[in-house]
Formats: sequence, structure tokens, C-alpha cells
Amino acid sequence: MTDNQENQIPTGCSETGPIQDHFDLFHNQEYQDLFEYKRQFEGAHSHEKVAEVAEWTKSWEYREKNLAREALTINPAKACQPLGALFVASGFEGTLPYSHGSQGCVAYFRTHLTRNYKEPFQAVSSSMTEDAAVFGGLNNLKQGLENSYSLYEPKMIALCTTCMAEVIGDDLGAFITTSKQEGHVPEDLPIPYAHTPSFVGSHITGYDNMLKAILATLSKGKKAETTNGKFNFNLGFDPYIGNIRELKRILGLFGIDYTIVSDNSDTFDSPNTGEFKMYNGLTTLEDAGDTINGEGSFFFQKYTTPKTQEYITKEWQQKTYNFRPFGIKGTDEFLMALSAITGKPIPLELQQERGRAVDALTDSQAWIHGKRVALYGDPDHVLNTIQFLLEMGAEPVHIVVTNTNEEFEAEAREMLTNSPYGQDATVWGRKDLWHLRSLMFTEPVDLLIGNSYGKYLWRDTGTPLVRIGYPIFDRHHMHRYATLGYQGAINQFNWIINTILEELDRKTIVPSKTDISFDLIR
Amino acid sequence: MSTVENRKELVQEVLDAYPAKAQKSRSKHLNVHEEGKSDCGVKSNKKSVPGVMTTRGCAYAGAKGVVWGPVKDMVHISHGPVGCGYYSWSGRRNYYIGTTGVDTFGTMQFTSDFQERDIVFGGDKKLAKLIDELEELFPLSQGTTIESECPVGLIGDDIEAVARQKAKETGKPVIPVRCEGFRGVSQSLGHHIANDTVRDWVLPKADEYRKTPEGFEPGPYDVNIIGDYNIGGDAWPSRKLLEDMGLRVISQFSGDGTFNEVVMTPLAKLNLIHCYRSMNYICRFMEEKYGIGWLEYNFFGPSQIAKSLRKIAAQFDETIQENAEKVIADNQARMDAIIAKYRPRLEGKKVMMMVGGLRPRHVIPAFEDLGMEVIGTGYEFGHGDDYKRTADYIKDGTIVYDDVSGFEFEEFAKKLQPDLIAAGIKEKYVFQKMALPFRQMHSWDYSGPYHGYEGFEVFARDMDLAINNPTWGLINAPWNK
Repeated sequence: MTDNQENQIPTGCSETGPIQDHFDLFHNQEYQDLFEYKRQFEGAHSHEKVAEVAEWTKSWEYREKNLAREALTINPAKACQPLGALFVASGFEGTLPYSHGSQGCVAYFRTHLTRNYKEPFQAVSSSMTEDAAVFGGLNNLKQGLENSYSLYEPKMIALCTTCMAEVIGDDLGAFITTSKQEGHVPEDLPIPYAHTPSFVGSHITGYDNMLKAILATLSKGKKAETTNGKFNFNLGFDPYIGNIRELKRILGLFGIDYTIVSDNSDTFDSPNTGEFKMYNGLTTLEDAGDTINGEGSFFFQKYTTPKTQEYITKEWQQKTYNFRPFGIKGTDEFLMALSAITGKPIPLELQQERGRAVDALTDSQAWIHGKRVALYGDPDHVLNTIQFLLEMGAEPVHIVVTNTNEEFEAEAREMLTNSPYGQDATVWGRKDLWHLRSLMFTEPVDLLIGNSYGKYLWRDTGTPLVRIGYPIFDRHHMHRYATLGYQGAINQFNWIINTILEELDRKTIVPSKTDISFDLIR
Repeated sequence: MSTVENRKELVQEVLDAYPAKAQKSRSKHLNVHEEGKSDCGVKSNKKSVPGVMTTRGCAYAGAKGVVWGPVKDMVHISHGPVGCGYYSWSGRRNYYIGTTGVDTFGTMQFTSDFQERDIVFGGDKKLAKLIDELEELFPLSQGTTIESECPVGLIGDDIEAVARQKAKETGKPVIPVRCEGFRGVSQSLGHHIANDTVRDWVLPKADEYRKTPEGFEPGPYDVNIIGDYNIGGDAWPSRKLLEDMGLRVISQFSGDGTFNEVVMTPLAKLNLIHCYRSMNYICRFMEEKYGIGWLEYNFFGPSQIAKSLRKIAAQFDETIQENAEKVIADNQARMDAIIAKYRPRLEGKKVMMMVGGLRPRHVIPAFEDLGMEVIGTGYEFGHGDDYKRTADYIKDGTIVYDDVSGFEFEEFAKKLQPDLIAAGIKEKYVFQKMALPFRQMHSWDYSGPYHGYEGFEVFARDMDLAINNPTWGLINAPWNK
């Protein structure tokens, strides 16, 4: 380790001017001149033409053309299956996520998750190339399993596929059996596998497929005579690791015995002790296997985990519950149900927290009431946000869900129809963020809620962006906070309200022009 | 024991953890450099060993992400399922000037978002329709490239036929790029494939497509900047240096470049190539076809900048040579000052690097300008010619690792305890958890530019802040000390 105790801040360097990086350097006149000079070689359209077309892209005419698209997707709000598969696998003890197929995919998944969390994300690939496309990926898988097992000593390898392996039709079950029989990995090493082609569904589908495979593998032969007194909880593709910790706190206050099914809170937020630990998944394989004997299973993302829930209901004959403990009412419903199911009263501490959260909302309600909002994201994430907006008196207007489904849309419409604040809303299934751009230009809103990709809409339309979702690349530490429960409601509300207030400052900051409203007290 | 012997032992120790077959293949990719050898003595550009956690990407990443993606006024379609385009969306910070979504498209993601029916019935019709829709919505685009993803090559689609048809209909270039991720062993083949599409689909029609500036006459000082992707704006200080010495840059291919600049390239007198690995193919072709020479340069750090400027100037007349000397002289005081400021804080610090296809050698002298020492380096996707060139840059005892696995890199770092690791995003937090300062050398850790004199100032500042930040001193809890 580097010992930096003796280093001091540099002094006495008056010879060097200020160092300018890209934030400043290119705004200097010499660079502005350079850009202007370069333009002659670019074959560029005239500034007038560009301005004219830019205006046209804001029009209703453009919107009609844009919404008529059938083949082209631009700036979609969805990723592909294996990302979700790796995400859920990483929440289990000693588990190495393994992507079978071309190797570039896993480089992308690792990069994407790492950029969101600023945490290492370790996963391996079969590194299949053209010969595997012809002969199949068996040899790659055998070697890949043997090498990864030897080097990284996992307790479980969670296998998913890339498009390549799916298109050539690799038989994973048979491949794993062969690999074990030939001694490349021990017979008793759990290797759950899921088919996760990117041309079906999205990252949430991959989450479901992998979770189901892991539970099926680990619970095999574990069904006991009696239940274990524990409830199982799954949060779905929820990027806020703060939510897992908040849920555990709530369950602790209740005194409920539980298993978090895929607890990746440490995977994506491990302490820096000077030692790199490869595996940080907190759901032990034993507990995961024992979920089959649970009293019941709670799922917070109904549209992420339909297959897993169906499997638990049918194969395990276990009761499953769907709740959305986000915002006030969603949390109320969850806590009441938890109390009813377990027979335990709602802890006083949570009751007080509810009071504080509601107090916060009423304190700031004037600034959110009637605000028109555009939002996008995964189905469950969007439902949670709609519900929270409606209970604050904000008005969802444009709701874009690229990876939509019919049941979700029906549920969202019902929620919106039943609220006076949801009357102007349209749910735009299978649409993307370029559609949303047209919607926001033609029917402007006050606020946009979404992930970092929304910043381009912020720039183009001038609508302030509240970053809630995945991925968030351009702000730090958001994932550490909870959005779940009453505490989570306060956090989300804080982000929303203060974005609105920031925007007011930004609008009123020009001296002697707009600063009559540059208020100290708001 | 000498450093070389010591480190050879370390390499062997690391190899011992592998199963026999993997050990045999990995042993050829690791070596300890011995002074005087003309090569690094490692094999490269071979298939990655499955399951070891390579950092490599794929041909699609090389073609779309690196070579074609930065051409700012064309639409680049990620043709196939949604993921590839999604993960590579806005990931590389190839800066450009333009109105995004109107006349430039760099930070947008265009995809055919394949569904199961497209796999079963083929995606050509969808692709054709998609290009019609692009024309409708983005009339100012200067053309389209189609980067095919894995399934496209496996289901037998004929994207070339679609491209020909649509180019005819739209009167704009439509370029099919067969960069399926399973082709080749890394990003590198994707670079080559993309270069070949320039050769086969663009340059033959360059005269037809080209719009020269008003009154343009080819001149003796016309050059192209090839293979600078303008990450954090790198290409701009480079361009400025060349312009300051009296050269006329008529094309940037591809950072902040346009399609027109691509077709301007045959008019130049000289190709100046920054990233040899990804763009040497097209330079060699232009040399053969048009007799345009090419020259590699290195604008990292004042020593190499001066060397490169002189090397470039030597290709031209005395005026240019005098200008080059003047540029070097004009910047001398500034460089002396920055070195005086940072060298005392960085002197003797040890660095381990692992980057793509160029920086593992090109950045070494910039570190040395600051008094730092590179003790290990290697490429994600370099070839034999890269390692040959690297031998000139490294010292006795430097560990050279090709396509290093996660395991190897961690073990080397644990044993050698460098003061800085300079690699990519996937490695960054692994080492930071080990309390090792780290800078991303692909993206400049969201900083930059690092090229040219201004770039070196930023580089020096960033290396200092990475190593000498006080947070590293907080990692050990006081009660454990």
C-alpha cells in the first residue's frame, strides 16, 4: 500500500498557469477558431439549415413521423437478458456469474454494472469464436468451467447464455453434465443455468430466468416435512442496494425471520479495507436452498419475476405475495400485510417514521402539486414512481416503458384512471427515449424522472431531470440510498423537490434580468 | 537474485495456479523483458483462454465503438439485439461538435432491436425499412453504417444486398460492417473489418461523394490525422500542434470526423497515424493505392511530442522544420514548469499498465517525463508488431503480459505493489479495494485531453492527484495499525 502521509500540497509553482482540461480548454478562442476552420472540410450543412431542421424535430409533424416508426429503435430504455442474470447471480454466496458464448458481451456487462456502482464486478466468459460457431461451445464450456473453478474457487457457478450460444443451439444441461462427468469441475458444484438470449425480453427477463434456475438447483431435494418459519423476500432488478439494507432493518424491527433472495447489497457496496474480496453475495447457498421451506415469498417486482413466482407457487406449493413498498401508501399496504401475515404488530418506530415522511411531504407539497412529469424505466420501477407521484399531487403525463407488457399497462392505466392526477397520462409501451423527446417537445412537462440517459432529453428540451433508475453514471453514490419504505420516500422526495428548487435558481440567476425571483427562502 | 530472475519466478508462481492446458497457453503470453532483446517475447492476438476473465471485448466493439462510431454525421446502426448498442452507448467520450440528433449522432443509440421472429425469419426486411425511417427522421445524416451483431452472421442475412439497394435509393453511403462479436479473438479484428469497409465501400467512390471546400486545391502540406478518437478532446490539441507547424489537416478520421473527412483522406500528402493498431490497415492501403505515405507519432509527454514533431517535420521542407522547432521552443518553459511542479511529487513512483492496442507503450515516456517508472505493461489486443515496438520503450525487468487475466493482474499487483495502476474500468475498483491508486487509461477517467502540450499538463495533474490524494491514507483503520 502506498503511504502518502508525507505528501504535501504543491506550493510555489507560480510559473505554471492554471491547468485547463476539457471543461475549459476548448472554450478558449484558439480552439473555437480551430473548430470553425475545421468546418470547411466537414462537408457540413449550413448553420441555418441545421437550425431549421432542429426546429422541425420539435414539431407535431415530426412527432407523427417519429411515432410511426416500425423497425427502428433509438435510445431504448432497456438492456438485454444476461445483464439481469449476472446481477441476480452476484447476490449469492461465493457465486461466479458465467456467460456462455462470445466474450465481448461479458466485457460490456461488467463495464455497465461497474460504471453504475463504482464497484468491481467479476464475471467470466466461454470466449467462443468462429470455430465454436461451427462446432458448438462444448469444449469452450469445459475449459471455461475448469479454469474459472481453479482460479476463482467459487461455491457456485451461475451460467447464462449470450445470443451466439442460443442461435447455434448449445445444449447447456448436457454440456454441464459432460463437464462434471469428465472431471472438469466437481460433481457437487452447483451450476444452475438459464437461457438468456438478448432477442427475447430484456434485462428483467434474464433476472427472472436466472433466479428461477438458481432456486430450482439449490432447493433440489431440500423440501422438508415442516416449514422453517422464515419468509423469503426478493427485490427484483432494483439498483438501490440501500433498499436491501432498509428492508432488512424493517424486518428486524418487526422481528421477522427472513431470507433475502439474492442479497447483492455488499456486491455493489463492499467496504474498502485494503483487501479485495472477490465474492460478496450475502445470500448463503444453504439459506437459498431452504427457501423452499419458507412460510411464503414476497416479491417487489411482479413484472420482473413472473416465472420464478409461478415456479414457487406451482412446484413448491408456496404462497407468494406481491407488494410495492414505495411511497407512503405502497409502504402502508406492505406493512399492514406483513403484520397480518405474521401476526406481529407494526413497530412503533416505523409508525413514527411514517409520520415524519408524511410531514416532509406536506411541508413541500406546494412545490410539487400539479407538476407535470415525464418518466420512463422498467415496468415495476415505473409503477412505483407513478403511485408515489399521484399521492403527492403530481401529474404523470408521458410514461415510456420500452420493455412493457400488457398486464403492466393495464395495471398502470387503472392506477392513473382512478386518480384525479392521472387523467392526462399516457402509457407508451414499446416506445423509446427518442419518442419521448417528441412527446416532451410537443406536450412539455415540468420534470423528467429517469436514468442518466435522460440527460440528453434534459439538454434538448430544458426539462430538469431527477435521476432515479438504472443506470446512473453521471452522479455518484445514488445507489447507496434507499428508495423503499418511508425512509426511501423521504429520499426520493428530497431528490425530486430539490431538483425543482435547483431549477428555479437556475432560471432566476441572471443579475438584473431574472434575479427578482432569486429568493433566499423558498 | 536480479530483478529479471525475481520477476521470472513471480510469473511462474502465478502460472502455477492454472490447470495444465491453460497454463501452457498462458505461459506464452507472459514474459519478463531483458535489456537488448528486440521483442517482448510474448505471443499475442490469440484466442483468450475460456473462464480466466479476460478484459477483452469483441469485433463489434472494435468496429462500432472504435473506428466507425466517432464519425459524427453518420448514423451507426447496432444491427441485431438491443444489448450491444445499449452497453456501448456514449461509453467512450469521443468528443464532437454538432447538434446531436440533427446533424450529428454520436451520443445516440440506433438499433434494430432483434426479436425472436427476426432470428427465425431474418432481419433484412427490417433493416431496409429501418434505413427508410432513418432517412425520414434524420434528413441531414450523411450516411449509415450497419454494424452486425452475433446473430446476424449466424442466421445468414445479406446485409450487403440491403446496403447496396439503400445506398442507391438514398444517394448516401450505406456501409455494411460484418463485425459479429464471435469473429476473431478481440476488438482487433473489428478494427480491421471496419478499415476494410472503408477500402471496399467508401474509397472507391470517394471522388463521387467528396465535397471539397470552396476554392480547395490540394497542397504540399496536407495531412490526415488517422486513428485519434478524440477521447476527452485528444485530437484537437494534436490538430493544433500540426496546424501551428504549418501543416493543413484536411481530415480527422475518426474522432470528431465526418463522412466527408473520410473521403477527403486520399487528397492528403501524408497520413499521420496515432493508433497504429486500429488504423494501420487503411494507411497501408492508401500507401499502396494512392502512394500516400504514413507516419506514426506519439503526442504523450514533451519528450515524445518534440521527437514526433521533428519526425513529422522531416517529411516536409525547411519552413515546416523551423516551425516545428519554434513550436517546441515556445512550449519549453511551460513544460519545464509543469515538470518542476509535479516531478518531485512523482519521482520514482512505479506504474503497472494494461490498455488496448497503443497506450501500453505510448504513455510510458510521459510517465518517465514525470520521473515515474513503468514496471509492467501489456495489451488487451495488441499484435506481434505492437510488442516489437514496445521493446524500444521498456526497461530491463519489465513484466510484459498479453491479454492478462483478472487473476494474473491481481497477483502481479499484490506482489509488486506499484504506486499506480493504469488500466480500464473493469479493473479500476478491484485495485482501489486493494488501496492501490488507479487511473483509467482508456477514458482518461473522464478527464483529458492527454495529447499535446496542454494534454500533458492535465496528465501530470491527474497522475499526481491519483497517487497523492489523502483518502488512500484513510483506508487502514487506526485501531488496526
